[in-house]
This record gives sequence, C-alpha cells and structure tokens, in this order.
Amino acid sequence: MSLEIRSAPHIKAHRSVETIMRHVVYSLLPICAFYVFQYGLSALASLAVVTAACLATERFFVKTGTQAGDISDYSAVITGLLLALSLPPGFPLWMGAVAGFAAIALGKALFGGIGCNVFNPALVGRAFAQAAFPQAIATYTPSFLPGRFYEMVPTSMTLPFMQPASVIDWLKAKQLDALAGATPLAKWKFEGVLAGAEELITSLSGHMAVGPSPALILLCGAYLALRRFLDWRIPAAILGSAGLTAWLLFALSPERFPNPFFMLFSGGLILGAVYMATDMATSPVTPKGMWVYGALIGLLTVIIRYYSGLPEGVMYAILLANAATPLIEKITQPTPFGKSRFALLGRARKGASYPLHPGYISREEAHAVTPKKRLFAHKPKAEARKKSNEARD
Amino acid sequence: MKLVSWFRGEAFQRGVHPPECKLTAKMPIRRLPFPPRVIVPLSQHIGKPPRPIVKVGEEVVRGQPIAKAEDWLSVPHHAPVTGVVEFIGLKPGQRGPWVESIVIRAHPGATQEDLWGQPRDLAQASAQDILQAVWDAGLVGLGGAAFPTHAKLSVPKQAKVHTLVVNGCECEPYLTCDHRVMVEQADDLIAGIRYAMRATGAVRAIVGIEDNKRDARDALRAAIARAGEIPEGEIHAELVPTKYPQGSEKMLIMALFGVEIPAGGLPVSLGMVVNNVGTLAALGRLLPQGRGLTERVVTVTGPGVARPGNYLVPLGTPLRWVLDFAGTPQEDFEVVLGGPMMGQAAASLEVPITKGISGVLVLPSAELARRESGKTYPCIKCGECVESCPMGLNPSMLGMLAAKREYDLMGSHYHLGECFECGCCSYVCPSNIPLVQQFRVAKQILREKALAAR
Repeated sequence: MSLEIRSAPHIKAHRSVETIMRHVVYSLLPICAFYVFQYGLSALASLAVVTAACLATERFFVKTGTQAGDISDYSAVITGLLLALSLPPGFPLWMGAVAGFAAIALGKALFGGIGCNVFNPALVGRAFAQAAFPQAIATYTPSFLPGRFYEMVPTSMTLPFMQPASVIDWLKAKQLDALAGATPLAKWKFEGVLAGAEELITSLSGHMAVGPSPALILLCGAYLALRRFLDWRIPAAILGSAGLTAWLLFALSPERFPNPFFMLFSGGLILGAVYMATDMATSPVTPKGMWVYGALIGLLTVIIRYYSGLPEGVMYAILLANAATPLIEKITQPTPFGKSRFALLGRARKGASYPLHPGYISREEAHAVTPKKRLFAHKPKAEARKKSNEARD
Repeated sequence: MKLVSWFRGEAFQRGVHPPECKLTAKMPIRRLPFPPRVIVPLSQHIGKPPRPIVKVGEEVVRGQPIAKAEDWLSVPHHAPVTGVVEFIGLKPGQRGPWVESIVIRAHPGATQEDLWGQPRDLAQASAQDILQAVWDAGLVGLGGAAFPTHAKLSVPKQAKVHTLVVNGCECEPYLTCDHRVMVEQADDLIAGIRYAMRATGAVRAIVGIEDNKRDARDALRAAIARAGEIPEGEIHAELVPTKYPQGSEKMLIMALFGVEIPAGGLPVSLGMVVNNVGTLAALGRLLPQGRGLTERVVTVTGPGVARPGNYLVPLGTPLRWVLDFAGTPQEDFEVVLGGPMMGQAAASLEVPITKGISGVLVLPSAELARRESGKTYPCIKCGECVESCPMGLNPSMLGMLAAKREYDLMGSHYHLGECFECGCCSYVCPSNIPLVQQFRVAKQILREKALAAR
C-alpha cells in the first residue's frame, strides 16, 4: 500500500477527445448511408477508399513520429468521410486516394497532428483535388439512377494516372440529359435555372446532382449540438450571415440574384456550416469569436458564389476564415469576471432579484411578490411615474 | 447546458456540474476518539506563524493557549488535548515541506474536557472587544482558505459594511461538514452571525445555501424563528443554485446580488463581508465560553472509506488515526485534504488535521485509473474550458502559453492573476491537459519574478 499524489482537481469529466470524435463519426453515419442510397456503389467505394487513404496516411505519420495523436482518436475517419462527402460520387477512386493523402499529409501532419492544424484537413484535401483534377471534380452524376446498386459510375474505376472517361456517353446510354449531372448551383450559375426548395432540402427527388441531404445534415448536427459535441454558434452564424447577405442582394435585384433560400440549401453550405467550419482545432475558442468567424464564412460564401468564376464558394470561404482564426481570437478574448461594464460601474446586472443595498426582502418570504421582468428595466412604471410627479408637485 | 442554466436561473455564468457524491449528507456529526499524540503545526493559516509559549515537558490542559500571535495576520493556537508537550520542532506538513510543530502526548486517563476559558457576557461588548475575542479564540476561515477571521471581520476605516454574507454553499463534491453544521448547530451559527454583525456593523446577514441542501435552509429558518426578535437587523437563509464553484465569494455575491466584485477588489469594497458557516458556528459557540478553537468538523469520505461520516476531530490528529478509524482500502490510494476539485493530496499519513481542512477524501488508485481516460492529447481547441471558466478567462490560450513558458504574457494580457484555481478547466478538458496545475506553476513563477524585481 502506498500513497498516490496528484494535483487538483482529483476528479475528471468523462468526455475525452476520443469520445468527441467518435460521436462526430456516429452522427456522420446516417448521412453517409443516405449518400450511398442516393448514389449507390460508386459512393460507397468513394467513401471507403478516401477514408482508408486518410487512415493509412495518419498511421504512417503517427508511426514515423511526425505527428502527435493516435489513429484510435477517430479524427482521420472524420476527415475521410467529410472529404468523400464533399467530392462527386463518381470521382475516380485513385484521385480520391490522392486527395485523402493530401488531406492528412498537407492539412494535418505538416502542422503537427491533431489540434495543431491551421486548416480543416478535409478541405485542404478537397482544395488539392480541385486544383489537381479540375475536370473530374466538376463532373457530377445524377442521384437515384436506376441500377446504381449494381454498377458503378464508369469514372470511378479510372486507372491511376489516367484521365477519366466522359460520363456524357454513359448518361446518354441511360437516356438521360447530360446536363442532369450538373449541380443545382452550377445550373443556376451557368444556365440560370433555379431548383425548387423541396428538392433541395430533402434531396429525394431523383435525377439531380445534389450532395447529401441538408435536412439530414441539420438533424445530425442538431444531435451533436445538443450533446455539445459541436458549438451551435458557428452553424447559426454561418447560415444567418449567408442568408442575410443573400436576402439583401435578392432584395436589391431579384432578377439577378437567386432567392436566399436557394443560397442556403444548395451546394455544400449546410455540410460546410455544420461539419467543416465547426472543426474544433481550426475555429476560434472564444464565444464571440465564433460569431465573427461564422459571419465571415457566410459572407465570403455568398460573395464567392455570386461574383467569382466558381459555382461553389464554401470551401474557400472556410479555408480563408480558418486562416483568420488566430486573428479573430485575438480580438475577441472573453471579458474576465470583475472587468465587465457592470463591474466597472458597480451596478447590479439587470434581472438580479436582490438589491445590493439593505431593505432586502427574502424571495420566499410570505406575501413577497416576485418582480415581473420588464422589457425596459430602467423605465419607471406608469404609477410610479405619476406618484413621483405628484410628489414633485 | 446554457439554456438549462437560464431556465434554472443560475446567476453566475459558466462553471461546471460535477457529480455531487454527498455520501455523508445524512450522517450526524460524531466525535472521533482522541489520538495518543497530536501534532499542532504553528502555521495553519495564511499569515505569520505564532510563537510557541510552552516548553517541552510542560503539562497542558485542553483549551490552553500554546502559541501566541505576534502579528496582526496571525492567530494563537490552543492545546487540543490534555497532556504533556513532547516535542517542538519540524514535522511533516500538509503542503509537503516539514513545518515547525508542537507535539502533545495525550494523558490516557484524562477526561479531555475543555478546562480552559471563562464564560463571559458579550451582550454589552463593543465591536473592538468582539474582534479581540475572535482573535483570542484562534479562529481562521474553516472553509478551507484559513484566513484569520478577526482580520476578515475588521472593516477598514474608509469602508462601511452593510451586509454579512454567510457562505453555506459547500459546492465541492463529497464534502458535507458545513451542511451538517448548519443542520445541527444552527443556533450556534445564528449566535455567531449576530456577533459577526456587531463586529462589522452589518445591518443584515444573508446565508447563501446551495439548493441541494434544503434541510439546512429549513433548519436555519427554524433557528432564526427560535432566536426571536433579532435586534441588530435581519438574518436570512437563501437558496442559490447548485453549481461549482458557487462557494467562491465572488460567485456567491454574484448569485445573491447580481454584482461583480471588480477585479482585484474585495467584497468589502461593495460593503460586504463573507464568512463560512463553519467559522461563524464555531465563533458563536466559543465566544461566550471564552474558549479557543480545539476541534473542527471534518468530512471523511470517498469511495475508499469503509465508514464515511462527519467527524468532530481534535486539531492535530494525524491522518493515520482518522483513517484507521474510518477504514482505508488495502490497495494504493490517494488522500485528498479538502474537496476533490481544489483539495491537496497528502504526501504522508503523519500529516495532522489543521484548522483549514474541511474534508479527508480517500480515492483508491484503481478507482482513479478507471475514471480517467488516460491519454493526453494536444489542445484541440474545443472551447470547453472557456465555457466553464467562472472567471471568464481563456484557459485554452493560457495553457498554450504556459507550455511555451510565456508566463509574463499570461499575466499581462490574459489575466492570469484572476484565476483562483477552481479547477473547472482541468475538470472538463477532453485532452487531459493539467491546465490548472500549469497556471499554479505560472503564478508561482510570476510571484518569484515580482519578488526578485523588488
């Protein structure tokens, strides 16, 4: 028997990094399942290959001691799944593997591993793919194709270092319009066709190249936010800011800009807002900073979508905001207790039930009337005002 | 969680809700047998240690002064047992280093009655007399900080005190000694509050009790009613929401009055004096009898204790005696003096119970290993610590700066001085970073730097 000595606190909350990451993976599973249901075999292969590439890369860098952390912390799984979800379902598998490698190597290991990365690894991987394979990443196939569970999109199985075959012929063979494969955002940007709200939210109507369902993502995100595995402020700020900017522009010229609803639910905005921007290591820790960060992403997304040559802007918006995170944190440090406005003025907070100075009445004393909360706490009530007027007269 | 807090009307922001584990809340206070030997360290409080006034070989009776305060921020000590002074010198201390102590061997046949002290009438005593009596009783804050009570009750000349806030929160998990004192010694407590009100000139007193101790509130209200008309003013017992660290005086004042004590200020700047219920109950009992503090209530608890309970322990009782009586596990364990959030681990079982120890918590190593997830990760910037810091600091940033040894920056730009080491950040950290320990080191280094610069 011997005495153990530790430093206080001697008890710990149950949550660990591994728990957080595991729950994010759990919440991603329904989204992945729906994605596979939409796109079939190719989507499944893409998810598996990209995640495997991420895990293998993580394993390599952890083993060689380049990066901190552990393969069992599930963070590489999150990166892999998110990266696969953000790529087209028929993305050539070898390219997916390269993107997965780039995500972990350039996005994470380079900075020192979990917690040290500056940019969201999944988005680094996607940006790499966007730059390296611009043709392939713009090629979407429609969802709910007949026979999607038996055959793959021909581009998926492209041989390594080969360019993928065109999907147009393959779609033609299925008696489908080649343009069915364009995303709603690309359709709007290049053809001026707006998709309907219902199709966008549920992604259930067939033959449209939409990503994972926004409604499902929001649901899974709500689970995470309720369990406090992600901070609700960031998605709220992003959606609020993107919606507001889009609405302002829409109000200015409705014929030039699409309605804000389309802006919110098309493309990867919801996935980005709920899963990518909320990556803990790359977003600010300060509550005020989260609002600023989210607002910045929302604004940048809409601006990139409207005014740049790209149909989609979420990725670059988040990467830019990631880069701005240390700066945002610096200017949004929390105010310490005793240094707030209230403390400096020596004034009690609004809504405090006890007066600072004597004349105190106990909250539960007999016949005590709880003061009603009023909208304007400092405005005297009508009777009190009348009384003071009378007193003055 | 914030929304829940809002519905419950929690008055101070952030903080954490550790499992309460108040195993001994229903157990009445029992007296622990007297040990064969007590060790009274001279420095049991903040401030200068007093000077021993007994010699080796001298016979002392229980309650007799054995050390005399020579400084304002110092208190006398009284013999906890009737016996013979056996040794004056270095003995293992609570904080690790050996400290100057007086060892008294108890007479096996003695009745251990309080034989010292003259009952006195304080009905006409002035504030100054009461303060002197408090000082003579050797009282320090029994809540854990062990700040001399007479210094706390004496109001600076330029300030005026209108409210005595009595801290009955006991927000630390496991501890129940204040709870039992409020339930069982409510009359002493009311008497103590009235003395303290007279000493400070306060016109009202408010006892803040966490809402997991409703029986304590009811007991106090009954005692207030029994005390009849209270001439000095009013005494109230109020419930405040249960939340850690509600027992910090800044948080308690926030919960009761909705005011923030300005950074670097004391409650007295707002006309308040805060005292622990245990201290005031001891004050109410000792002052009329003219006695000194010789024992205190200690909660002996934890998963490793066979017979947990609230024990009335003579000061200076070695931990080994307490734990032998309460029953310790066979395997390795940790002994925490105080609560699990802020208490210190004891380095030796020879360490005596001092005036500031409110609990002895025994945590078996196996239990500790089972509870912690073990692995330490780099900071993933999840923001849990920022969301839990009651002082509104950014422990994540502070921790990263501490790892880089940027102690000056921590002090100058990130308000390290405001941290009172409540441990919320370490408690919630999913990466298992010992944040609060890093801050303790940083604060110590800054203190040493400031000393060196002077």
